[in-house]
Amino acid sequence: MTAEIGLAALWLAAALAVLQMVSGAFALKAAPGEVNALAMHARPAAVVQAFLAVLAFAMLLYAFATTDLSLKLVASNSHSMKPLIYKLTGTWGNHEGSMLLWVGVLALSGGLLAGFEKRLPERTMGATLAVQGFVALGFYAFLLLASNPFERLPVPAPEGSGLNPLLQDIGLAIHPPTLYAGYVGLSVAFSLAMGALLTREVNPAFARVLRPWVLGAWVLLTLGITAGSYWAYYELGWGGWWFWDPVENASLMPWLAATALMHSVSVLAARDALRTWTIMLGVLAFSMSMLGTFLVRSGVLTSVHAFAVDPERGAFILGLLGLYIGGAFTIFALRAGAVAEGKRFAAVSREGALVFNNVMLSAILAIVLLGTLYPLLTEAFDVRVSVGPPYFNPASAIFAIPMLLVMAVGPLLRWRSDKPARLQFELALIAALVIGVIALVSFFGQFPLLPLLGLGLAAALAVAALLPLRGRSLKRVPVATWGMVIAHFGIAVALFGMACEGAFSKERLAAVVPGGTEQIGDFAVTLEGVTPVAGPNWTAIEARLAVRQNGGAPVILTPQARNFWSPPQSTSESALLTKWNGQLYAVIGQQAEDGRWQIRVWWKPFVTFIWYGGILVALGGLLSIAGRVSVDVRRRKATAQGDQRRADLDALGAAAPVPAE
Amino acid sequence: MKAKHQRLVLVIIALLAIVGAGLLAAWGLRNQANYFYLPEQMASDPPAAGQAVRLGGMVQKGSIRTEADGVTVNFMVTGNTADAIPVRYSGILPDLFVEGSGVVAEGSLGADGVFVATNLLAKHDENYVPKELEGMGTEQAAKMAADTTVGLK
Repeated sequence: MTAEIGLAALWLAAALAVLQMVSGAFALKAAPGEVNALAMHARPAAVVQAFLAVLAFAMLLYAFATTDLSLKLVASNSHSMKPLIYKLTGTWGNHEGSMLLWVGVLALSGGLLAGFEKRLPERTMGATLAVQGFVALGFYAFLLLASNPFERLPVPAPEGSGLNPLLQDIGLAIHPPTLYAGYVGLSVAFSLAMGALLTREVNPAFARVLRPWVLGAWVLLTLGITAGSYWAYYELGWGGWWFWDPVENASLMPWLAATALMHSVSVLAARDALRTWTIMLGVLAFSMSMLGTFLVRSGVLTSVHAFAVDPERGAFILGLLGLYIGGAFTIFALRAGAVAEGKRFAAVSREGALVFNNVMLSAILAIVLLGTLYPLLTEAFDVRVSVGPPYFNPASAIFAIPMLLVMAVGPLLRWRSDKPARLQFELALIAALVIGVIALVSFFGQFPLLPLLGLGLAAALAVAALLPLRGRSLKRVPVATWGMVIAHFGIAVALFGMACEGAFSKERLAAVVPGGTEQIGDFAVTLEGVTPVAGPNWTAIEARLAVRQNGGAPVILTPQARNFWSPPQSTSESALLTKWNGQLYAVIGQQAEDGRWQIRVWWKPFVTFIWYGGILVALGGLLSIAGRVSVDVRRRKATAQGDQRRADLDALGAAAPVPAE
Repeated sequence: MKAKHQRLVLVIIALLAIVGAGLLAAWGLRNQANYFYLPEQMASDPPAAGQAVRLGGMVQKGSIRTEADGVTVNFMVTGNTADAIPVRYSGILPDLFVEGSGVVAEGSLGADGVFVATNLLAKHDENYVPKELEGMGTEQAAKMAADTTVGLK
């Protein structure tokens, strides 16, 4: 019964999306300042639609929790023997379920926008909701016509066929929902941008409405990418934390666009400049989300993320992609000229620095995009290539390095116009740090160029990130400024982790007899024994490694080579020893014919800083949202109080107070 | 800056940067893309020594030799013809990497004609599975391997 309720809820939600679209479009017919009678249905439609879509998702969640094997989706992706938590996370560990999650979050954010956003003019709001409804409708159609999650089997399956063991991990519980919420948050930014463009309301007030959505989406994308990177690091057992895998790139590209958009929205809100540029980035950011969804879900890329290889679905998403992106750029091309130019600024100014960083981010985006699509293009000509770190690392660094340098200086500059001479001390300090650290590190040995530059930049950036606080009373610094400081500092921390991992990692690969010891850095690793172990749906061989640092007390690590039986597959479970200054990473391999076991151990100094940095960046974003929202609440309260007082005065019939000159 | 055409100047700067990025990407992709070779292709038209490429084929029967250190393996990879490429790999072998199984080796051809692999991609069935197929179910992987390895039995 639950499945039928879910399906009915989806169809109703789709119908409401049509209502929202049509009703919202009528708002455009009203003269400015007036309200069209037919436009009043858009907001309720969005709210009820959100409720229905969430209900549909809850129904699917319930079916997975109870392992309802009469559902095709459950039977082919779940198993009654799985732990409950992985039954639940398995809901979105497949194509249909993940698309339902996508649509659920889309409808929920549309509902929140319709329910709580009262600052925008009604015309702009109507246009925004119409666009949002239009986007949602496409995805309802995709779900209902091409990937129905609630399809019943004619005969219930006796047992489910299980979930890909790589996905049976707590990382799966966090990573996809956060990324999706981020992708979809950008859909609201897109709808708002289109709404503002259609009604010619591109101004600071609009930017202040847009900003929390962009910030929120950006925070979620940051967390999603950070979690995904850590998941790949410990689950794949290869010791790397970023592989430039197309699927990773698919999540990185919206993040790059959202980072640019977030900064450009701030300029629009504070200075009323970069109007068309902001709209363009809004369209671009959501395009990248859509492209990411297309790449990951259509099966053009085959990876752990591509659940279903079905050309029909690929074509459907490609069609949606073409429709929305093509439509958006057409409207942009037609209307952009009508957006009046914003306030001007000098090249050396905070706006100038932000524009520079925006351009660099877009260039990195282009590099990543072309590198990701290139293998698909050559495949059409029957040439198989793969593009990896030898391309991505240097090509993106060419733009990332100037961007990081400007990022160190940018927050110190004044709005509108500034003189470099004013910042002599800061500039000298940053230059000295970059050069000093690089010189110092090269003194101790030969290291690859990029990690070396990374170390220098990380040191300079860490100090520069704190410089905006210099000479200010820390208690009086606005929360949003703290957000910026912490986020920039987080970038420095992550960069430091990446550079250390690249420059100082040590690796030891050996065949060891039980009882034998291998030395790596300060650590002596002893193989105490290898035993078979069993879990709820897997068996494994497990090595007991005793790790002693400088002859100290041993710590036991237990890496495993697991064999799952449903579906049959083997994975390598790495074991990690986390110290404040790095991680020891151990993997067990096969047994050689002479009875020795293959052991691979890495010492990765400060590798954890990569993810600490990611968390700091997200925290900075959160603080920024909190700061903006609290300022907005205070402003609203003050306005309300002022209105109240004026009304009281009017009621008393007293003379209006004369403003003091 | 002359304030007159600021928007135009910004657009031109942005376009220049993006076009620059595009050109750089095109150049980088031509030089750094990692080409896929079958053993017969590698024998007849070998890539430059040290260039990163991928080699895909079958592990020849009776060719796997483990060196005394216990972690370095030597084996031959064959394709549709009699050509066989010697491969050396140090590291943890993929599960059930056996003679007669399919394999994709990432690495580069050494000056001595031995392909030095930095990474081996294989799976526990008779079809070899390129990187893109890691983590898929056996059936899907077999289907995909058939699609992606044209001309190889």
